[in-house]
Amino acid sequence: MESKFWLVAQREYLTRVRKKSFLILTLLVPVLFVGFGFLIARVAMADNDEIDVVRVLDQSPARLGSRLKSTARLQFIPVQGPLEQAKSAYRKSDDGGLLYLPATITPQQNTGIQLYAKGNVSLRKQKAVEDALDKILAEEKLRGAGLSQEKLDALRSSVDVASINLDEEGKEKSSNALATSGISYALALLIYMFIFIYGVQIMRGVGEEKSSRIMEVMLSSVKPFQLMMGKIVGIAAVGLTQFLLWGLLSWGAGTLVGSVVLNKFAPPKTEVATTATQTTADSAASGSISATTQPIDGQDAIQQATTARTGVFKVLADLPIGTILFGFIAYFLGGYLLYGALFGAIGAAVDDQTDTQQFMFPITMPLILSYIIGVSVILRNPDGPVAFWMSMIPFTSPIAMVIRLPFGVPAWQLALSLVLLAIGFVGTVWVGARIYRVGVLMYGKKVTYRELSKWMFYKG
Amino acid sequence: MQPILEALNVRKAYAQHTALDGVSLAIPEGSIFGLLGPNGAGKTSLIRIITQITAADEGEIRFRGQKLNPEHIAQIGYLPEERGLYKKMKVGEQLLYLARLRGLSRADATQRIKNWLTRFDIKPWAEKNVEDLSKGMQQKVQFIATVLHEPSLIILDEPFSGFDPINANLIKDEILELRQRGATIIFSTHRMESVEEMCDSIALINRSRKVLDGTVTDIRDAFKTQTYIVEGKGRLMVLHPDFEVLEHKERENGFFQDRIRLHAGTTPNDLLRYLIGNVEVHAFREQIPSINEIFIRRVRETMPETLVELEESSN
Repeated sequence: MESKFWLVAQREYLTRVRKKSFLILTLLVPVLFVGFGFLIARVAMADNDEIDVVRVLDQSPARLGSRLKSTARLQFIPVQGPLEQAKSAYRKSDDGGLLYLPATITPQQNTGIQLYAKGNVSLRKQKAVEDALDKILAEEKLRGAGLSQEKLDALRSSVDVASINLDEEGKEKSSNALATSGISYALALLIYMFIFIYGVQIMRGVGEEKSSRIMEVMLSSVKPFQLMMGKIVGIAAVGLTQFLLWGLLSWGAGTLVGSVVLNKFAPPKTEVATTATQTTADSAASGSISATTQPIDGQDAIQQATTARTGVFKVLADLPIGTILFGFIAYFLGGYLLYGALFGAIGAAVDDQTDTQQFMFPITMPLILSYIIGVSVILRNPDGPVAFWMSMIPFTSPIAMVIRLPFGVPAWQLALSLVLLAIGFVGTVWVGARIYRVGVLMYGKKVTYRELSKWMFYKG
Repeated sequence: MQPILEALNVRKAYAQHTALDGVSLAIPEGSIFGLLGPNGAGKTSLIRIITQITAADEGEIRFRGQKLNPEHIAQIGYLPEERGLYKKMKVGEQLLYLARLRGLSRADATQRIKNWLTRFDIKPWAEKNVEDLSKGMQQKVQFIATVLHEPSLIILDEPFSGFDPINANLIKDEILELRQRGATIIFSTHRMESVEEMCDSIALINRSRKVLDGTVTDIRDAFKTQTYIVEGKGRLMVLHPDFEVLEHKERENGFFQDRIRLHAGTTPNDLLRYLIGNVEVHAFREQIPSINEIFIRRVRETMPETLVELEESSN
């Protein structure tokens, strides 16, 4: 008996995996995925490419301009000479702007600062320049109030809020809400997509079997339950294969494209230096050579990025990876089984694929709802009452709970939810199998919900 | 001889109606058995119980004296009325799949599929998808699938309704061949005339109840009416104390055809002697009732209230 179940599952798996559409989809999705990622990266890089070189014509008595600190995005390069000359030199250059600090500028009186640019100045750039100026003006005021440089240095702090998650045992974990949310979101999306794509495949498969009239032949060899479960399991294996291949191919292609892209587009540090030199040369041509060229903070930026990355890894390391993995697999399978049995029942109940709509709705609704509410409400408040209740109800828990998992869930809640999910899928498999058993041999009858509920209590 | 299959007082009820109401049957091993009755009589319900697609509410089915159980699936071949194949599967794979579900090993199944495909002259089709096959080809494949595991009991529900005449004859020959090799065959059909010459035994079912069963010969004998058909030339006397003319048809040039019933105590020879003395006899044969006629007579006797719908459905 058992071997028949495997025969069915095997057929479901092999006939699907060998289809051309499977191959195409398997290859196409990673291509799209990587292509899309590449596009985003390009756009982001294009944005980054405007590493703005802002020329600073500093005529302020306190030489405020020399203290402007370059950042990864913004470089300040001092130029000299009269404003008109600086302007015309700037026009000939590729630089992003010309900042003019007139001689009237003091820490107390700071109106009249101008930023010349070709075209409109982006808000971001203006803000960045303003911030940089703000900072030095504030420093200047403090210095005027009698603070020494050391004290100033001591005062200046780079503010970087690290949120610490105090768990019940009082252990501190660094939490990064963004990274955690990202993981939650990805897990939920995976389960949502999997249930939807492959659940519908179960429904279609049953429908095809029914409309090809092979059911009676099959049922004289196989129990309806074996046939239904064989199909559900076979299709799950198809889905897992596809997801695995997608993952591997995307990763492979991503690495490949990534390395190519990095080599081609990432500007080596020397290039930045060259730009700087060029600018200086330009300035020289216009007859105003700056004496002090600020060192460009490339190293700094890299340092920052590295810190940020180790930060994410730290967050990852601090996440309950074991629990997440276990929970994900449990909810993934449980949710798929729960919905799969219902999709199978719909396929069995209706004669015509177009009739599936009315029965699809009540089944897909909790799925869609749990996803929408999940990524909005639960993601924002993973310990709230909505999150709690939705992660208990078997129809919504596969998505709701995996969203909560990375944020940490009390063990008793996880256990209770899993037990409820198990009861849930045993229930839907039971209901599904009963509807299936009657439905697959029922032709030419328009089914209603009343009819379906009667089928559940038909004898063998 | 022990029957291969027995049904003992089988009852099956659905929500709205009773499909089988205490049906008992015995199907002799090695015979061709006709399960006959109009549409909706309960034939398919009985078959679904025998093939274990559903279970009886009451009563029991015995296979070679044993209570029917899943082990017997491998010994039963079933061609349902609602039949089909996986459209997007190759013929060879499909047959292999169905055979393995019936308990055949991969090697055995492969060998037998080859033999059958050769026998039906469709070997080049093994690698084709079923949907690319003609209807006739699909019918052959379906038949092969039914008998591939060499079942000792083959059940064919409305076997010839879906088959074109050429395939129907092919299948008939195959069925006789299978019987020759010891298989038992159940034909289920509402078109009684299509199988009556092939069946050894029959059971007539109407309105979920068995109305008659036995060997075809016995049943015919029991329903004989001592009626003879006479064809000849001349003038036949209409009134005679020993027999009665039921029907008289005049043909051109003095030819006639009559149906004549003998009265008790009169033999066909008496009639023949009388005829020879009076007319020129061209044909003389007993009118044997068809199974359909027997069925209608039997129903008229036992459940007259169902007769109207019966006559409608048998047309």
